[in-house]
Amino acid sequence: MHLLFEPGFFTSGPVHTAVLIGSVTALVSAIVGVFTVIRSQSFAGHALTDVATTGGSGAFYFGITPLVGFIGGGVVGAGAMDLVGVQRVRSRDLATGIVLGAATGLAALFLYLDTTTSATTGATQQILFGSIFTLDPSTVPLVAALSALTLFVIALVYRPLLLSSVSTELAGARGINARAVGLIFMVAMAVAVGLSSIAIGSILSTALLIGPAATSLRLTSSLRSSMVLASVLAVATTCVGILLAYDSSYWDPSSQGLPVSFFIVAITFLGYLFSGLPVVRRRVGRRRGDLEGARAVDVGSRPMSEGTA
Amino acid sequence: MSRAPVLEVDGVSLSYSGRLVLDDVSFEIGEGEFTGLIGSNGVGKTTLMRVILGSQRPNSGTVRLGGSSSAPRGSLLGYVPQKVVLDPDVPMRARDLVALGLDGQRFGWGRRTRQQHAAVEQVLHDVGAEGFANSRVGTLSGGELQRVLIAHALVSRPKLLLMDEPLANLDPKSVQEIVSLLHRVSRDHEVAILLSAHEMNALLPAIDRIVYLTAGRAASGTTEEVVRSEVLSKLYGHHVDVLKLHGRVLVVAEPGHERNDIPDHPPLTIS
Repeated sequence: MHLLFEPGFFTSGPVHTAVLIGSVTALVSAIVGVFTVIRSQSFAGHALTDVATTGGSGAFYFGITPLVGFIGGGVVGAGAMDLVGVQRVRSRDLATGIVLGAATGLAALFLYLDTTTSATTGATQQILFGSIFTLDPSTVPLVAALSALTLFVIALVYRPLLLSSVSTELAGARGINARAVGLIFMVAMAVAVGLSSIAIGSILSTALLIGPAATSLRLTSSLRSSMVLASVLAVATTCVGILLAYDSSYWDPSSQGLPVSFFIVAITFLGYLFSGLPVVRRRVGRRRGDLEGARAVDVGSRPMSEGTA
Repeated sequence: MSRAPVLEVDGVSLSYSGRLVLDDVSFEIGEGEFTGLIGSNGVGKTTLMRVILGSQRPNSGTVRLGGSSSAPRGSLLGYVPQKVVLDPDVPMRARDLVALGLDGQRFGWGRRTRQQHAAVEQVLHDVGAEGFANSRVGTLSGGELQRVLIAHALVSRPKLLLMDEPLANLDPKSVQEIVSLLHRVSRDHEVAILLSAHEMNALLPAIDRIVYLTAGRAASGTTEEVVRSEVLSKLYGHHVDVLKLHGRVLVVAEPGHERNDIPDHPPLTIS
């Protein structure tokens, strides 16, 4: 067994496609994810993955490429949640829950039909948990175009989105239509979720949306640095996940290797736990050098010194 | 009035689901004047603010800003809404929020010029917020947050600053600091301020004029002109006494007319 890179990793076509699509979709998820977390819309993001599941499984049944279904389902879901009132804080969870429930029920139907009517037994696995090594290289241009478009839209509404994420009242005072901005963001979130669905599966795309963003928000003091760190974490996590999954087929020659999405989600989760360790947070707080960080360090160390004195 | 009016509110009436919230309200605010909009909770202060902002249309009457009723209001108006709740987990520094006061409504990522950075630094200095300019906005105290919100509204150099109950939920020391800050700001920046409050005593030393609002009706003028028994009795529709004690003003209704719409204190019974 080789130390890190098993033979063929750098020459395999499926690995190239996987790394390319995985990295691009991880980047989009990370950027959109930072806004998802600061807008406290993680639950809405998760509901979109369920709607994407419906779209993906439906597309599979009708013989369309799942990517179209993932994104189409997500966008329709975003519109539905907006109509049911996801933007009013009080009815937000309710609206999300209703759409989520309805979508998952439909997904159950489509997944049943997929597995009973098609010869492919892996449909459920592929839709829910992804199959990044079986991606058709011809989807790369579409993925790249949709990713670029999503990032462009986020950059376009960056300032109004930021202000309305911080406070809808302050945004309203500047004449910003917070609802319109919120709807644009929901659609961007739906596309981001749809894109990472083809990489790590629709159910797990929440992990890549929320995980790197939440981790980086703990470790940085400005939004721009959060977005940079989240992007780096997401892309690195995806690449390492692909590498480990590829290597895993060599660990036990009788097996086919473990799923990529497992590794990606595991690394993301461990990273989030690590970022929450007091020692990590305190170091970051000190480096930040602002009053808030300094105060946090002070409070942490004082009782000890008093106890020993 | 010697100075040209920045804001003219003329005969504004507005009813909301059958209830008359504003009843023929008229007043003017001159350039650089600090005006207190005084009234207890639920008398229509916020509604009046919304009408001035243009986010709510009155049933009748006009609002003219800078001499025009149709000019875009964004550049003339700064607004500090009531109850701004900010999340401590959002990595936005106080100076970032102030900078969004310059261009938060614009499209695009936004690269700020040196002049814009200088304007942000200047306004942070003017409101005394340099000490916490790099702290996350969600971690600021009430008084610190008010300073940052004032800077956010002021950085685009508006002619009129609307502040909806900025003193509610502040401790007495912060109230005094914010009031004297606004007094200084209105003079130095030549910005007119309309500040709503349900407590007028903290404002009396600082404000030039008062708009007293009750049950949708308003009386305006200098404090001496408005806060008098005759004027307020007419406004309330029953007799009230205005007592001046140790530099403080108390509005007291006679027994049988204790109501909740008298600012400054719960209804008093004089026995």
